[in-house]
Amino acid sequence: MRANLPVMALGLLLPVMGLAGEYNLTVDKVEIDTGNFEKAGIGYNGKSPGPVLRFKEGEEVEINVTNNLDEMTSIHWHGLILPFSQDGVPGISFPGIQPGETFTYKFPVVQAGTYWFHSHSGFQEPDGAYGAIVIEPEGREPFRYNREYVIQLTDKHPHSGNRIMRNLKMMPDYYNREQQTVGEFFSDVSKNGFMNTMSDRLAWGDMRMMKADVEDLQGFTALINGKGPEQNWTGIFEPGERIRLRFINSSAMTYFDVRIPGLNMTVVQADGNNVQPVNVDEFRIGVAETYDVIVRPRDEQAYTIFAESMGRSGYARATLAPEEGMTAPVPGLREPARLTMADMGGMHGMDHSDMSGMDQSNVEGMDHSSMAGMDHGSMVMSEGGASDPFYAQGSGLVPTAANGGKFLSYADLKAQKPLYDEREPTREIELRLTGNMERYTWSINGVKYEDADPIRLQYGERVRFKFVNETMMTHPMHLHGMWSIVDVGADQWNPVKHTVSVQPGTTVYMETEVDAPGQWAFHCHLSYHAAAGMFRKVIVEGGPETKQAAAEGAISEEGGDV
Amino acid sequence: MSRWTSLVGTAVLGLSVLPAVASAQERIQDTTERKQALKVWGAQFEEFEYRYSDDDEELGVWSGDFFYGTDELKGRWLTKGEYSIEEQAYEKLENQLVAQTPVSDFFDAKAGLRFDTPEGPDRTYAVLGITGLAPHWFEIDANLYVSKDGDTSAELDAEYELLLSNHWILAAALDASVAFSEDREIGVGKGLVSTETGIRLSYDLIDRSFSPYVGVVHERKYGDTADFAKAEGGNVEDWFAVVGARLSF
Repeated sequence: MRANLPVMALGLLLPVMGLAGEYNLTVDKVEIDTGNFEKAGIGYNGKSPGPVLRFKEGEEVEINVTNNLDEMTSIHWHGLILPFSQDGVPGISFPGIQPGETFTYKFPVVQAGTYWFHSHSGFQEPDGAYGAIVIEPEGREPFRYNREYVIQLTDKHPHSGNRIMRNLKMMPDYYNREQQTVGEFFSDVSKNGFMNTMSDRLAWGDMRMMKADVEDLQGFTALINGKGPEQNWTGIFEPGERIRLRFINSSAMTYFDVRIPGLNMTVVQADGNNVQPVNVDEFRIGVAETYDVIVRPRDEQAYTIFAESMGRSGYARATLAPEEGMTAPVPGLREPARLTMADMGGMHGMDHSDMSGMDQSNVEGMDHSSMAGMDHGSMVMSEGGASDPFYAQGSGLVPTAANGGKFLSYADLKAQKPLYDEREPTREIELRLTGNMERYTWSINGVKYEDADPIRLQYGERVRFKFVNETMMTHPMHLHGMWSIVDVGADQWNPVKHTVSVQPGTTVYMETEVDAPGQWAFHCHLSYHAAAGMFRKVIVEGGPETKQAAAEGAISEEGGDV
Repeated sequence: MSRWTSLVGTAVLGLSVLPAVASAQERIQDTTERKQALKVWGAQFEEFEYRYSDDDEELGVWSGDFFYGTDELKGRWLTKGEYSIEEQAYEKLENQLVAQTPVSDFFDAKAGLRFDTPEGPDRTYAVLGITGLAPHWFEIDANLYVSKDGDTSAELDAEYELLLSNHWILAAALDASVAFSEDREIGVGKGLVSTETGIRLSYDLIDRSFSPYVGVVHERKYGDTADFAKAEGGNVEDWFAVVGARLSF
């Protein structure tokens, strides 16, 4: 405390003294060249992705954002803990930035790690309005590295965000080119027999659900730091160096399975917070998540960073090499995943009596509340096979490492140092993630944002959120302004994140120390799911006078729990 | 220690009051588009084709719709027509304006008006129908029509798409219409009036917005309707070879 106070005070006084970190960003129309196609998009300081903003923990930053578009814009500082009026969500934190206007964001930087920023207006983010944030810690980090690179993943689509939304509304499978075909029927028949295949198809047809609904949006070119697979972004290293790779998934809709053939990765940070190091061969990065990994290539050779989309419809590729121009083989895409009945747990419109193929006991087994008392040793699956407690048992989406090695699970993430004292939650709020694929509607507790009341929280509470995913898709749920402590069964070592992926047919718990007054956004970070209604406003009432003053005026809407 | 605390306190207050002054004066209500019902429009042509019959008859045929609205309420203009190239006349020209709203997870109800203005007598009907996705992926569109003179009829369209690959699609469609009363003037008898069965093989050339196809269509009239057609020298049964495209934009 004694050490912190002077630093904090200094940080607060810096702006007065004119020594604050000042940054300038312009929001511009840009051309994006993916190597496969060129398109008009939106970027920062004339390019997409925008610049990497480097802050220092304890610094007071001032960011002047000039809107050069002919429409309103905004910037949200994804994962940053700041006063709500600086959070950058139009209609929730502030009115937005008008064309031609320069808006100055001003907030103290109270954390370290890898984050990113993006527009929270319309479909500007899918259209290219994102950049990375790297915050250097005040103290020493519990791991060493010689050099670092930001690896920002995006899914660039030839269509504009507005057009994609319209097409999905008109034909929800518009962009799905991994559907089951007649050929797959016959290959399934030869694998599983005619009767099994037939009853499988009938069970799915009866529900009007598709086993292929893994990715809403296909046909994109996946980019790393703005470069397509052919353009091959390259990071240089010297053999023996430890390289810190700051993976950020800034995609609109795409989960990636990331591996670097030939290199073991040590995950040291998740969503900007240090975790106890875990060695993996591959990890899945949800939309809006970040993972920092350390790799140590010893040989004088090139390595491919290969990020395959979860639905296997595309990949991002970059290279780590001792010198520019060197390349390593690029792996092929694996077979597209197929959902199973386990992924349909509690599905709307589903008649449970019909589900002969489904073992009901599996559904109960999905409840992660039982994990609290579980021995962690047994949670890291010993068979090395397709099992992960954060997926429905028997789910078709359970990832496996391409080399048969270790695939990261949420269950492997343990906080390096707990940010909060361990305490009992004051209450639980259940949020069912709901939707209807045929109508392309997405909602929470069956209610779309347009019809929903805000979620009201009291300052000082510790709220336990229970996510029940009743849809067949994975939803990266992102709470603004406060941390989300994911219950992986590690008590005070539960990892602290800003985005929590909830797999189909599963229940996931997270807890939040309600320590930030104001109004905050809370939503699925898949752009088109959020736009279709999987979105909520969270109002935090009460709080210390100083903090409350900032929030009070804004909190006057009627509303209740969800 | 206390000096530091008060200093921090003052600094925090100083910093937070400025934005508070601005925000306290206006309630932040979400009036962005996000809080509004999403409005969507679209246009689709299931059929847009040239037909050549076994009797050397040539037709231009379309069946499409335009819509605008929200999840809860859409306005839809459906248009169908058959244009005889030789006679330079519309054998069939049918437009419907309907309002459409969800009634279950997979079905919408619709109500509105239908205007038939082919060459010959016009008809105006009230329309009541449902449209949606039945189990096992059958797209269903069922309508009940009541004409201005009180003649009632019903029509059922069903379609199924078989994916030969993710771009080659074989679509089977069945249209059947039934009349509950006779309308001699337009050649409709009581009972099952007619069926149109089609099979089309398409290829998604540009996304799903332009999918050229070839196919075969079989039209047949039944009962009194067939007799009326025969009496007027028309055909009871026709086979067509078709070439066209599915369009959406």
